[in-house]
Amino acid sequence: MKITPILLILAATVAARAGETSIVLPGETATFKTGRGVELAQANCVMCHSAEYISTQPPMPRKFWEAEVKKMKEKFGAPAPEEAMAALADYLTATYGVPDAKP
Amino acid sequence: MPGIQLTLMLQHPSRRQFLRSAALAGAGSLIAGRVFAQETVTLPFAHGERQVVAFPQKRPLIVLTTRPPQLETPFAVFNDGLITPNDAFFVRYHNANVPTSIDGDAFRIEVKGAVKTPLSLSVADLKKQFEPVEVVAVNQCSGNSRGFSQPRVGGGQLGHGAMGNARWRGVRLKDVLEKAGIQAGAKQVVCNGLDNAVTPQTPDFIKALDLDHALDGEMLLAFEMNGAELPMLNGYPLRLVVPGYFGTYWVKHINELTVVGETFDGFYMNPAYRVPDNASGCIEPGTKPASTVPISRFKIRSFITSLAEAAPLAPGKPVAVRGIAFDSGQGITEVHFSDDGGKTWQPAELGKELGKYSFREWTIAWTPKQAGAVELKSRAFNRIGETQPLEALWNPSGYLRNVVESVKVTIS
Repeated sequence: MKITPILLILAATVAARAGETSIVLPGETATFKTGRGVELAQANCVMCHSAEYISTQPPMPRKFWEAEVKKMKEKFGAPAPEEAMAALADYLTATYGVPDAKP
Repeated sequence: MPGIQLTLMLQHPSRRQFLRSAALAGAGSLIAGRVFAQETVTLPFAHGERQVVAFPQKRPLIVLTTRPPQLETPFAVFNDGLITPNDAFFVRYHNANVPTSIDGDAFRIEVKGAVKTPLSLSVADLKKQFEPVEVVAVNQCSGNSRGFSQPRVGGGQLGHGAMGNARWRGVRLKDVLEKAGIQAGAKQVVCNGLDNAVTPQTPDFIKALDLDHALDGEMLLAFEMNGAELPMLNGYPLRLVVPGYFGTYWVKHINELTVVGETFDGFYMNPAYRVPDNASGCIEPGTKPASTVPISRFKIRSFITSLAEAAPLAPGKPVAVRGIAFDSGQGITEVHFSDDGGKTWQPAELGKELGKYSFREWTIAWTPKQAGAVELKSRAFNRIGETQPLEALWNPSGYLRNVVESVKVTIS
């Protein structure tokens, strides 16, 4: 029987520790909806969480998204630069929220 | 970005297949999620569309977020029995750096801080050195049912499926803390698990319990759930079980107990997981609380589990209606059922008590009177006179929901 030696080595590595329990988490399929500023969400949000964290939020006004973006930066360490904050809130409001009522 | 590369790699079928084959060949165990055709459900609120995916050691569950894993139990499971199966039990993580590979033999829990003798204990040590105990207890996420908040609030938009009832086996937290010996003046025990944040700027998920609570003998360090090891996503190999208290305290993969002399003020104790400082934990919808306290005990709740909106019902044809009720351990004494939207109520019959912290079954024989739409409701009462409000209460975080819920059915 011919077995590729590399495969054997890898199999031994995986099984080396008898007490080990391991899982493989499923890959993500959720992506951000396209829109102006989507690249900001990709650059600042997905390092910590999948896009569903945003898409499942209720339809909320800009004030909500502004506060979320601020919380993510100040409390959770999102790397968003100060000058991107407003554009990110705009993208989130336009894509997942509700526009503010016209005065 | 490395995270994205990893994800893509794991999605690659040949690699996944290989990992699975490799695991089958060895003594360790590696469990991959089953791959199902894409399925979705829509929870009954705006932006309620969800994927249904089988994560490792889990049946297909409702996905709130893929990363970190947050999975909700499909509500029909609660009609299958009072114990929620391990593979259907909800999953909630805060940070995405979750453990996916743990050596159960090498794992240790450290007991440290203001103790006389610091300890480092394996799960085998816990089993050997302490009395084993079991409790059937509901675990419920603080934000269970948040999606129904009106006005809507931010946070994990859950239906009613972020709860479950299991038989937990472990050792008393009290016994472990007393073996270490608490120093005079100690105030809280800080609980941390193996899960971590992705960036160093992100707060780690750490909780604290007042010592008088931690030493009351009710809490377990649990290594078994429904007679089996904990699933990885429910805290393998050891988690805290805090009967009657919201899931936020049930720290998973718990590996550090630090006794401290002050009130721990980490992010997940303050400002997160707090409720308005008043008897109901709720305030006028849309307002801000004057002061807050850490969330603590469950409020009393009940659900109809045997009938969903589309249930086939005919006038004059009797139906056995069943459901569940639970509270924070005071003990359910009565459940009432209404078939007219809450105008009149009839007492239901309570099932066997599996323990004061468990789901309690209730049943009632009901005969729909005439054709048309009716609103069915259930309302639970407990030993200290608590019951469910008829109108929903509200707080800014969408916690503590316990309004009398409705199932609208049509008799035809």
